Amino acid sequence: MSKKHAVVMAGAVMLAASAVALAGPAGGTVSGKVTYEGTPAKMKQIDMSKEPSCAKMYTTPPLVQTVETGAGNSLEDVVVYISAGAPDEAAPSTAAVFTQKGCRYIPHVLAFQVNQELKITNEDQTSHNIHPLPKLNREWNKSQPPGTPPISEKYDKAEFIPVKCNVHPWMHGNFAVLKNSHYAITGDGGSFSLANLPPGKYTITAWQESYGDQSQDVTISGSETKTVNFVFKAKPY
Amino acid sequence: MRRINLAGIALNVVLAAVLPLAAGAQQMESHIGKLTGHSDSGRQLYYRYCWGCHGARGNGDGENAPYLNILPRNFVIATFKCRSTPTGTLPLDSDLYNTLGRGINFTNMPNWSALTDQQRTDLVAFIKTFSPRWKTEKPGDPIQIPAEPALSVASIKHGSELFQKLECWKCHGQEGRGDGPSASTLTDSNDQPIRPYNFTSDNRSKCGRTNQDLYKIFMTGLDGTPMPSFADVIKPEDAWDLVHFLRTLQYNNKSPELALWLSTKEGAEIVNAKKVENTYTGSGVKP
Repeated sequence: MSKKHAVVMAGAVMLAASAVALAGPAGGTVSGKVTYEGTPAKMKQIDMSKEPSCAKMYTTPPLVQTVETGAGNSLEDVVVYISAGAPDEAAPSTAAVFTQKGCRYIPHVLAFQVNQELKITNEDQTSHNIHPLPKLNREWNKSQPPGTPPISEKYDKAEFIPVKCNVHPWMHGNFAVLKNSHYAITGDGGSFSLANLPPGKYTITAWQESYGDQSQDVTISGSETKTVNFVFKAKPY
Repeated sequence: MRRINLAGIALNVVLAAVLPLAAGAQQMESHIGKLTGHSDSGRQLYYRYCWGCHGARGNGDGENAPYLNILPRNFVIATFKCRSTPTGTLPLDSDLYNTLGRGINFTNMPNWSALTDQQRTDLVAFIKTFSPRWKTEKPGDPIQIPAEPALSVASIKHGSELFQKLECWKCHGQEGRGDGPSASTLTDSNDQPIRPYNFTSDNRSKCGRTNQDLYKIFMTGLDGTPMPSFADVIKPEDAWDLVHFLRTLQYNNKSPELALWLSTKEGAEIVNAKKVENTYTGSGVKP
């Protein structure tokens, strides 16, 4: 799911898949790539001059991250998940970690499950307020000065939630609260892989914060690997 | 004549059928002291006094809403500014009741002190019929407010340090005028521009004017606005120091805190340097 992890060559996926198949009960895999067509808007540089403690962390100002593109028209930070066909799952015991560093959110898009612990940390020398803006879940807004312990929260409904810091208006991130563990976030090259899928019919959905979502149905039997690619139409503005 | 009567009857029938449906037709109660509010009684009042702004379905889209700056509350989402409960939780009945009696300063929400206590209690019960959250969640546990310690210069000074350390000034400005570096960029959760409180304007903030109200405001945050909760990052004794300092920013309001601050050389210098008398535009002030 990490960016590095996502850079897996097709051959490696097949090798891994066959190795798992030999090992016994394992499911199929859906893998693919998310790309765009057209011309995406040029991402602007962030002006952090009002927060010198953050501005000095960058030699060149970082870019806004509402659309992140890579080589070969690839789209990064796209959430690919199973929106139908998989049962809801209990939350894992590990926490999803969301870090404020350099007056930006790391990662820019954080996916986790319903009722999974969300841990928010501040590594900056300035106070942030974490203000997620849900429509279905309850809305809260908490201050986190430097050196204070992590904030622990959870969400009980599946939803894509924009996150902002009112003190630093350029700070913008996303929470993807999902119903099951079959999800991936595209990294370098826009590739993703959803493994260990039991046989069945699934709806695979890709969500990009500016371009919306797209879905495709796929049927998995045995331990096969199916390829599903998504192409978003880029908005020039 | 007969025709007109029939039309009148028809209208009544339609209203009787539509209004309860719009409101979800569920029963709710509220409890304020010895008073018990009933949503059935509150409904009549709501569709007379409130729906023009808050809308027939309580989602804040009444016919006046487009003309208002700071949009009316959406009771279906049930996110409320003035609470004594932690951020993200439902308010107490008494929080909603107090808001009705107080109004919300700097917004179009007037105070409804013209209604009786019973009527306001009934309205609280009815407002709670709009969101399913009132069926599935309980109001948060109110934050504990320890007794206010004695006022002292040390307390005010420590509060001043906290104002710096917690970076309150990023929005409220170094002099508390609501003109900090982030102020102009602030929007509320309806994506409407919103101004941070200007302490020099008067002593009425959105959620009350007592020291306890001030304490609650920064501990609970004002949900739906940029004002976050500091409950997890300020110790209760520190919080009172901050309250004492914030009072000295309200230099148009005669408070014990301001009087004590002005009695010290340091405090008098700070306050008088901020005071700009008789020049609302700031013109004619010698640097």
